[in-house]
Amino acid sequence: MALNPPSNRLWWKEPIHGIELAWIIIAFLWGLFMFFFMIAWHFIGDQNLSTETYRLQPEAFVEKVEAFAEEYQLMDENGEPVEIDGVPVISPPAGGDVYMLGRLWEWWPILELKKDQSYRFHLSSADWQHGFSLQPVNINLSVHPGLEHVLTLTPTETGDYGIVCNEYCGIGHHNMSGLIRVIE
Amino acid sequence: MTTIDHGAISAPVAAVQYRTCPFTGRRIERSAELLIRVNAVAAVLFLALGGLFGLLVALTRWPAVQLLPADWFYLVLTGHGANVLLFWIIFFEIAVLYFASAVVLGSRLAAPKWAWLGFVLMVVGAVMANYAVLHGDSTVMFTSYPPMMAEHWFYLSLIVFAVGALIGVFVFFGTLVVAKNENTYNGSVPLVTFGAITAAIIAVFTLAAGAIILIPTWLWSLGFISGIDTLMYKLVWWGMGHSSQQINVSAHVSIWYAIAAMVVGAKPLSEKVSRFAFLMYILFLQLASAHHLLAEPGLSSTWKIVNTSYMMYLAVMGSMIHGLTVPGAIEAAQRRNGYTRGMFEWLTKAPWGNPAFSGMFMSLVMFGFLGGITGVILGTEQLNVLMHNTIYVPGHFHGTVVAGTTLAFMAMTFLVVPLIFQRDIVLPTLAKWQPYLFGLGAGGISLFMMGAGTLGVPRRHWDLAMTDAGIPYEFAPGAYLMMGLNGMSAILAATGGLLFIVLVVASIFWGPKLDKPGAKLRFPLHDDGAKAVSEYGSEGTFKLPGTIMLVTIFFVSFVLYYFINWKYLSDLWLFN
Repeated sequence: MALNPPSNRLWWKEPIHGIELAWIIIAFLWGLFMFFFMIAWHFIGDQNLSTETYRLQPEAFVEKVEAFAEEYQLMDENGEPVEIDGVPVISPPAGGDVYMLGRLWEWWPILELKKDQSYRFHLSSADWQHGFSLQPVNINLSVHPGLEHVLTLTPTETGDYGIVCNEYCGIGHHNMSGLIRVIE
Repeated sequence: MTTIDHGAISAPVAAVQYRTCPFTGRRIERSAELLIRVNAVAAVLFLALGGLFGLLVALTRWPAVQLLPADWFYLVLTGHGANVLLFWIIFFEIAVLYFASAVVLGSRLAAPKWAWLGFVLMVVGAVMANYAVLHGDSTVMFTSYPPMMAEHWFYLSLIVFAVGALIGVFVFFGTLVVAKNENTYNGSVPLVTFGAITAAIIAVFTLAAGAIILIPTWLWSLGFISGIDTLMYKLVWWGMGHSSQQINVSAHVSIWYAIAAMVVGAKPLSEKVSRFAFLMYILFLQLASAHHLLAEPGLSSTWKIVNTSYMMYLAVMGSMIHGLTVPGAIEAAQRRNGYTRGMFEWLTKAPWGNPAFSGMFMSLVMFGFLGGITGVILGTEQLNVLMHNTIYVPGHFHGTVVAGTTLAFMAMTFLVVPLIFQRDIVLPTLAKWQPYLFGLGAGGISLFMMGAGTLGVPRRHWDLAMTDAGIPYEFAPGAYLMMGLNGMSAILAATGGLLFIVLVVASIFWGPKLDKPGAKLRFPLHDDGAKAVSEYGSEGTFKLPGTIMLVTIFFVSFVLYYFINWKYLSDLWLFN
């Protein structure tokens, strides 16, 4: 019994049941497979999280995002800046740097990206930690104040994509939202 | 039940009192018994409070109900995490540690005064934490990520609680030394004690990690430190937060073995393999902090891969081994008990009417299928991005901690009440149903939250409809359905939980007394006196076809689900 000392004092000399041995081998090999598959995906897969990160003051990141938004503000045919619910829509050149700021309680600004174009996507927070959750694609990233995370992002479908926050950030957490629009 | 009664009783402490358990023949010391009782009672009280909070959370997240206002929702959610994940579980684990040392080894408890001090500190910490949370200025969630700051009381309460728990763990280690010195047992410690040692070693690591991060955070909340690095905080905090769940795994696996032994007379198939599997936990489980940092900036892929896989999945291998050896030991025992027909007579004729057995077996199955497999998927470096911080994550850990640990602890309580409190279980018909009610509810909670998570529903989020958001995102109708089903499952689980608390409290106070000679248990233990006891679990039982079938189903599910998720991942936008 598991509640009594092993009846055989030399329990480590008892034979191992064949089933146990087979299962240990299967579990070990499956573990090795899963381990090496993570490494393999870095070579064969197109979804690997970038590790490029910079430390900076949150205010410095806010300044960068604002400069970016000013430079690439989308204008309508009358030359007026395009906004949705008061949030500016930014249309950066394909292949360039784009910025996304998380702050209490919005994702700012709205981005208009082109399908199948790659962007250097800079992500950080102005205040608390936030969770960048792109829907319905379901890409979920942690966002820290003071850490600028840079990844190369390539949208593969057109449409409107919502961003929600999935890291608790205070009483307005459930109102924090944003938008990425992908066009042809 | 042999070999434990002939120890030297030359105890150095004067007033050590023992009684002999009429059902198991074990020698039980008075102060150990008392401390097991108080810790178990405290555990159940905090389960009641935390469970109530949990029900309120689930009813608020049910979009058609949305019971609480937003501020209360986040406050109650913070309290839910602290009460069930810390207080219920750790009070019970201290009781398990005292049981697995003093009772299982037939020893006295080392330093009972220290054990009382630890208990008092834990109670003070737990009450203080509830005060801080309910006061309203500490709604920071259980994880309390900086730079969001709670009242300093909140951090201090957790530190006080952790110190108390650490004292309990050292009383456990001391008791092992006492038992060894006083020769209360022969040879190696029993497997259940070995498992408890595993839990205790991980607990020391865990509580140390908690102290390393919470003490500076407390000083920060008092203004003595200017800031806490957010990434460092997560790394060290999860050294406590995730590793403490590995205490649960070690503890509930020990309980699986203990209940299987007491109720059907199961012996480990081989001591060597089961102990080796526990050893893998000690060596590798504490790397799991990385599971929470896979979607984080600033950490290398190499670090993530090595740590998240528990060093090539060696700790996962440990759990997979227990996943075979526990049902295997039960099958071997049941076949010795005469249930030899077909592949599954041993299982169909198992004591399903005994809440200790049914709870234990459901815990085993759901921990593996709901908690285990999904844990590996979540902990795969690239796959994590699919469900990081979605409600899939609580779905996973309600599979491990509620359907796994809590159900196992409840099952064990149905043995602790008659054997340690010496009171029989009242209302046995209801007790029979309790594990099914709670188990079904907990399984549903886990499953439906994971379903909602794959549809992108965020965790810790008051309003799925995002009514007041600037640019609301409209979740798929399936997400609403899943959250509704989750709410209904929570009602089911809460009913089972309430029933558990009522049964336990009523049994402790008004259950039939069992200290009279000739008293019989309503849920009898396995009578192994009549049968020739084989030397080890697998001896004489060459075939375990039922267990082979069970682990085959498990493995096929595991592999399929693993590759389905890689398929989902490959459909995402490209990023690197």
